[in-house]
Amino acid sequence: MAEAAESPGDPGTATPRPLFAGLSDISISQDIPVEGEITIPMRSRVREFDSSTLNESVQNTIMRDLKAVGKKFMHVLYPRKSNTLLRDWDLWGPLILCVTLALMLQRGSVDSEKDGGPQFAEVFVIIWFGAVTITLNSKLLGGNISFFQSLCVLGYCILPLTVAMLVCRLVLLAELGPINFMVRLFVVIVMFAWSIVASTAFLADSQPPNRKALAVYPVFLFYFVISWMILTFTPQ
Amino acid sequence: MAAVDDLQFEEFGDATTSLAANPDATTISIEDPGETPKHQPGPPRGSGREEDDELLGNDDSDKTELLAGQKKSSPFWTFEYYQTFFDVDTYQVFDRIKGSLLPIPGKNFVRLYIRSNPDLYGPFWICATLVFAIAISGNLSNFLIHLGEKTYHYVPEFRKVSIAATIIYAYAWLVPLALWGFLVWRNSKVMNIVSYSFLEIVCVYGYSLFIYIPTAILWIIPQKAVRWILVTIALGISGSVLAMTFWPAVREDNRRIALATVVTIVLLHMLLSVGCLAYFFDAPEMDHLPATTAAPNQTVAAAKSH
Repeated sequence: MAEAAESPGDPGTATPRPLFAGLSDISISQDIPVEGEITIPMRSRVREFDSSTLNESVQNTIMRDLKAVGKKFMHVLYPRKSNTLLRDWDLWGPLILCVTLALMLQRGSVDSEKDGGPQFAEVFVIIWFGAVTITLNSKLLGGNISFFQSLCVLGYCILPLTVAMLVCRLVLLAELGPINFMVRLFVVIVMFAWSIVASTAFLADSQPPNRKALAVYPVFLFYFVISWMILTFTPQ
Repeated sequence: MAAVDDLQFEEFGDATTSLAANPDATTISIEDPGETPKHQPGPPRGSGREEDDELLGNDDSDKTELLAGQKKSSPFWTFEYYQTFFDVDTYQVFDRIKGSLLPIPGKNFVRLYIRSNPDLYGPFWICATLVFAIAISGNLSNFLIHLGEKTYHYVPEFRKVSIAATIIYAYAWLVPLALWGFLVWRNSKVMNIVSYSFLEIVCVYGYSLFIYIPTAILWIIPQKAVRWILVTIALGISGSVLAMTFWPAVREDNRRIALATVVTIVLLHMLLSVGCLAYFFDAPEMDHLPATTAAPNQTVAAAKSH
């Protein structure tokens, strides 16, 4: 068997040679160094295995997380094709936004009307269950985005609608009337479009191309319902 | 000892050549689910029974059953099992919605559009959209009706969303369950030519509810006549889709039971639409003049009673 193989660099030899005998004759003109450093790319945030974060002051910890949240807010407000939201996902931002929105949307507990606006718990549940349902839907359709990444994106993209809620509450301090309503309607529509554009910019790429519309439609429905709740908010 | 020839492996050759040699042989072809949609069932044949076969695709029932068995092979506790119910593309969903809006007499929705690839995407999101459409339209319509009244204070009526959700989802899941159970029971007594799986029935019901979404939005118009015309149109379209789907499944049965089944299906559908109209949308008044002329009478009556 060994005799049957001929070394590749030796076509003209008639005598049988052992296997791979000619390899030592092969020389490479340049020496390719087989050495180097294996470095793991460091993430922007130091993880818990690095003990240096244990000894830092509380202010450092909080400011670091707040800065990360603020950076993601900027990414939502000016949506570009970037992966920051997906790579370093966190759920602090969605929690802050959801709590703020639910606090502003709830009706006062003083009046006990049977059919009024939503309570705090109802808004909270709608936002989180809506986000979970959309995430499950996009995963079932075959998208390759992880569960928490999708929750993170959907939660952060509520930011324009929270801004709209703030603006609406300020506008409602003025006198009520059709102009008041028109202003609120305009603000809510603009912010709704902004939310959709921002979340689509992040989520659409993770879907197979022939199912993009199927994955984006529930997002549209979700933000539409939240916008409706914001628009129909009436102060007591 | 067997002959050597018996132990030789038989060469079958190419599928096309064997088919050319024996054109009537049963063939099984595995099709990619993404490529199947527009396959028309072939030229219509003569008598009623053969028409039913053609409608139900009995000629390829072997193929569809095999395909169905092939697809759902994961155990039910894995995520992949549920992914098989969402294996639809955008154009397939649009085709199914289009099929539910345009019922062609003689074409069966299940065999034509679903073709053993029932999906849960359509029923779930159509029901969700319908819930919010009804709640929001009802709210908006009530607001517009009571717009001029001084005593009316707008409330968003958020409770009604949860009530609408309960009604719609219960209808879209429990009625198919009951119907499927009924069909299975009748199937055991009478040999039916077709039986639908539970998911196919859910699928038909879900897609047949699509017509109610634009209907609910148009119900904002505060005219009684307009609303009732819309109810009739929507019921006609979706009721005919349901009737044409389930008629072949029960027609082999006792005539009365078959008729009763189809009538019950349509009746439940009508109950849903009329009930939603009555509960979520206030009755439009003729115009606002009676309200404002009634107010001075009430104040006069109140002054008199003092």
